[in-house]
Amino acid sequence: MVQRISREEVAHVARLAQLALSEDELDAFTSQLAAVLDHAADLEALNVDDVEPSTHPFPLKNVLRIDDPGEVFAIEEVIEVAPEVEEGQFRVPRILGES
Amino acid sequence: MALNSLEMNDWETVIGLEVHAELATKTKMFSSALNSFGGEPNCNTDPVSLGLPGSLPVLNEKAVELAIRVGLALNCEVQKSVFARKNYFYPDMPKAYQISQFDLPINKEGWLELPDGRRIGIERAHLEEDTGKITHVGGGGRIHEASYSLIDYNRSGVPLIEIVGAPDLRGPDDAREYVSELRSILVAIGASDGKMEEGSLRVDCNVSVRRSETEELGTRCEIKNINSLRSLGRAIEYEAKRQIEIIESGQEIEQQTRHWDEAEGRTHKLRSKEEAFDYRYFPEPDLVPVEPSEEWVKEIADSLPSLPRDRRHLLAEAIEVEPSETSLIVQRDLDTFALQAISFNADKNRVLVHLENNLADGIGELTPEAFASLTVMEMNGELTATQAKTVLADLVELGGDPQEVAKSHGFESMDNSELEEVVDRIISENSDDWLSFINGDETERKKKSGFFVGLIMKETSGQADGKIVNQILSAKAKN
Repeated sequence: MVQRISREEVAHVARLAQLALSEDELDAFTSQLAAVLDHAADLEALNVDDVEPSTHPFPLKNVLRIDDPGEVFAIEEVIEVAPEVEEGQFRVPRILGES
Repeated sequence: MALNSLEMNDWETVIGLEVHAELATKTKMFSSALNSFGGEPNCNTDPVSLGLPGSLPVLNEKAVELAIRVGLALNCEVQKSVFARKNYFYPDMPKAYQISQFDLPINKEGWLELPDGRRIGIERAHLEEDTGKITHVGGGGRIHEASYSLIDYNRSGVPLIEIVGAPDLRGPDDAREYVSELRSILVAIGASDGKMEEGSLRVDCNVSVRRSETEELGTRCEIKNINSLRSLGRAIEYEAKRQIEIIESGQEIEQQTRHWDEAEGRTHKLRSKEEAFDYRYFPEPDLVPVEPSEEWVKEIADSLPSLPRDRRHLLAEAIEVEPSETSLIVQRDLDTFALQAISFNADKNRVLVHLENNLADGIGELTPEAFASLTVMEMNGELTATQAKTVLADLVELGGDPQEVAKSHGFESMDNSELEEVVDRIISENSDDWLSFINGDETERKKKSGFFVGLIMKETSGQADGKIVNQILSAKAKN
């Protein structure tokens, strides 16, 4: 059977998600992800020409909230969870590149 | 290698802009924390803006309404839309993804008209959440030299509309005009305050170059960190020149994201195509689709104010000029005033001239009625153009009636027979000049005409109407 995902692809996705995987983990996840993709491929075999694509399991739309202000955290509460704080802001290591 | 302007002329710069505008809601896109600029760092956060585990987004109805307003004002099709997760790992988004729209944006395929009448394509205008604000510390605030960064999550989750324009712009002036027009529209419809200096309007700029007369698009670079219209123009000029120099030296352009450095006046490479983010978009499972009803869209359409383009066209029709000529007046928000003056039978051309040249600082105490009478007095020869300017300045400052103001300045029109006497006298005193006025070639004639008008104005202490003096002179020359 064709392997649906390569070890390199798994390593790439892990890198994007900032996960450090050991060689053993890479092997394990490659075969597990392949099994997931096999399952998706089973679904692909079905004829769904007459089925409208859905993006959500519930047949809901337009779930909206009125634009009214609500509660916010106190600043002390927020920065308490920061690994490092400076001038009331989260301090993080130097970042290369920009989003 | 330096390029002179002649070589630059062999090239065409192609620009497409992505504009992010913060929507003027009270609260954030997916939670009820305040959407407000300024304030202490991290004073407007909640579990959703901080991306805390277990928190769930709920869409702000007002954000959707404002997005639809933007779409309609940009002549887009409003459609059923789906939110998507844009995955990336960066500390400005603590949940490691941004909620955006991908294959089904709320608005697609529209256009915006520049003041000169050209239509620039809008590919899409979709909703997404803003990220936290990062300040780089050390290294003069530059990304590459920073020693660490500070994050304020107040901006995290603020609703944004991202407006993606087609690559229809052809140079720095085009790009600036497009952004000004877009900003005017966003402000007019109440969708955003459009303040570039506060970051509520941000522009990313895609630039490529191609040889003139060719169709195929060149490889583009995306420029980020543009904070003003001025930097937009400078960044495009710099980037186009950089790309042309690379191609002229026989190399190829590498697709890159580049960072504009205002202080150095240049762009720096941020990342290449290979290093570009792989966002792995997928439909956001925590949100259901948005499918605005026809009634809602119609209701929003009916509530839109008159847009800058419509106002330019309306005034242009009233004055009987091209819409591009009324652009400045609309920008200064004086078009309603102009239309009112015209309804009081003002002279249309004088309205245009005064509003463009003599009322740049506003109309002050001037009423449309007084303005209309003033232009009529000018056309009747009761006031010269110079006198009218003086009267106008007084009306702006103090208000009042133009007749009275003109009288108070001693601006009383000369009757024509009186004026003709002066003209005859001047002619007889300068008969040699008069002969060369009559018999000279066009250049000579122009020169002498100026000479005579000058003398007559001097003689009448500026009371004479230059236009009528000219008429009298040419009538006498024909006899």
